[in-house]
Amino acid sequence: MMDATHMRKAAGASDKRSTKMLVERATKYYQTRTGSVHALDNVSLEVRDGEFLCILGPSGCGKSTLLWSMGGLHDLTDGEIRLGPEKITKPHPEIAMIFQDANLLPWRNLAANIALPFELKRKPVDQERIDALLKRVDLWGFESKFPRELSGGMQQRASIVRSLSVNPSLLLMDEPFGALDAFTRDEMNLLIQEIWMETGKTIVFVTHSISEAIFLADRVAVMSARPGRIARIFDIDIPRPRPVDIQTRPDFIERVLHIKASIDHGRKPHVGLAIT
Amino acid sequence: MAASPMWDWRLPETERMLEGGARVDKALGDKIPEFNKKKSGGGDGVGLSGASLGLGDHRTKFEILIIILVAVVIIGGSEFLLKWFGVPQYVLPTPSQIVTALFTEWKFIWPHLLVTLYELLVGFAIGASIGFVLAAVITQFPFVEKIVTPYILLLVTTPMLALVPLLILKLGFGSEPRIIAVALASGPMVMINSATGFRRVDLAKIALARSFGASTFQIFTKIRIPMAMPMIIVGLMVGSIFGLLTTVGAEMVGGAEGLGNRLTYYSALIRMPQFFAVILILAIIGISIYVLFYWIGKKWASWEA
Repeated sequence: MMDATHMRKAAGASDKRSTKMLVERATKYYQTRTGSVHALDNVSLEVRDGEFLCILGPSGCGKSTLLWSMGGLHDLTDGEIRLGPEKITKPHPEIAMIFQDANLLPWRNLAANIALPFELKRKPVDQERIDALLKRVDLWGFESKFPRELSGGMQQRASIVRSLSVNPSLLLMDEPFGALDAFTRDEMNLLIQEIWMETGKTIVFVTHSISEAIFLADRVAVMSARPGRIARIFDIDIPRPRPVDIQTRPDFIERVLHIKASIDHGRKPHVGLAIT
Repeated sequence: MAASPMWDWRLPETERMLEGGARVDKALGDKIPEFNKKKSGGGDGVGLSGASLGLGDHRTKFEILIIILVAVVIIGGSEFLLKWFGVPQYVLPTPSQIVTALFTEWKFIWPHLLVTLYELLVGFAIGASIGFVLAAVITQFPFVEKIVTPYILLLVTTPMLALVPLLILKLGFGSEPRIIAVALASGPMVMINSATGFRRVDLAKIALARSFGASTFQIFTKIRIPMAMPMIIVGLMVGSIFGLLTTVGAEMVGGAEGLGNRLTYYSALIRMPQFFAVILILAIIGISIYVLFYWIGKKWASWEA
């Protein structure tokens, strides 16, 4: 674990890393009753090994669709996604997903929820690893609690443990902290940064919060909506570990405004709606 | 008791879910991922909470005292009033006469009780199994569901008692016609409620299981069944109560055994204490069924309440 941290510090964000996952000309149409929805249009994206990549965009821009496709939950209409040499057409054991709202099963207690991946894969539960993870995220001793007895932050920490318990190399996170309050969210962002630095996982993190994206990411891929496209990719070279209060520093805010401007620039100006 | 879920067979919400809800595994590839919406329409929020008539477990001593007191007042009061006004026994016997009759007649009644319980259990087991399996299967195939639905509704709404004379003509005076009537009465109730449960698809939970490599069968056993469990239990409860009604009704219509037969027998002889003793037994059976499923619900579906 320490080796990974040192390597990461030595490598820095800007260094060239090998490719973890490659999205090539991904196109997706959803068939709905009212016609087809063009969700992704020719999206090409490289996820580098060990990096923290944030996909940023407004609601409905197709970022979840992109992430679900990367996780093998969706078929693409056109294009392909590869994890190393393998084409992703179904869920891959090297990939774990973390969903919005923790997504714990309400009829199972914490221990049973975390054991779910092992049950589904018909493997013995790696209790040692789970215990270590539970201690790491301060959930040790809560195994017999049911999800409804836990706070939103605790639930999401449990779902992180669930995903990490099977030791995937790529974590796909779909707006995981969107439903949390601002304080808990800061806490979770710190935690996920620490976990990333300790474990050396590759993380793809979908969010609609610009500051969250900048705080967490090595690179931020900004998506535009209808149809979903990668508009721009920003390198974030802020040294790690990044403290929470970094978000109030002028240079951080400047980055936020810079990315915001690039998003606004891509939109059509509102005709006849001049604010003076 | 849980009247609404029995009948909201086709609500807009479930209608929307039906569309492709069957092939969900495959259909994940064609659904826009949206989580934020808490699904609250359809057959949701039914659970057992609506069916629990205050069977709470946290009673204080004071509450227990009041409950016992009210029972004493009602039973003792009716005993007193019936005697005070000199109501004849053949109109309404007093509680003490009923309980006495229950003890004195018990040796004649219990074989009939066994017959009734046997018919109820066998008929319910057959009906509930078929209903459950049908619900699980047809909710996987929306097209089949559309075809089958009218017939299920027909089964639900037709009083199966009406078929008993016909069944007796075909099958004789044994237990078989009554068992079939019980199965026909309870099965559709189990089916219709279970189907409502199975249609409550939470795409996010299925996606979760899929992301860990779950097979379609695993998704069914680990996600769909637990998720439908509250509604399945409601269905079993409603179905078994309907089964009890049909058992007794069928026994009253024809045959020479069972508690229903005793009802007609005692009322024909105007032996009212014995008649009400049988009613008391039936009430105890009904309440036991309710309590049984209440506790099953507490154990297996408490997460929803």
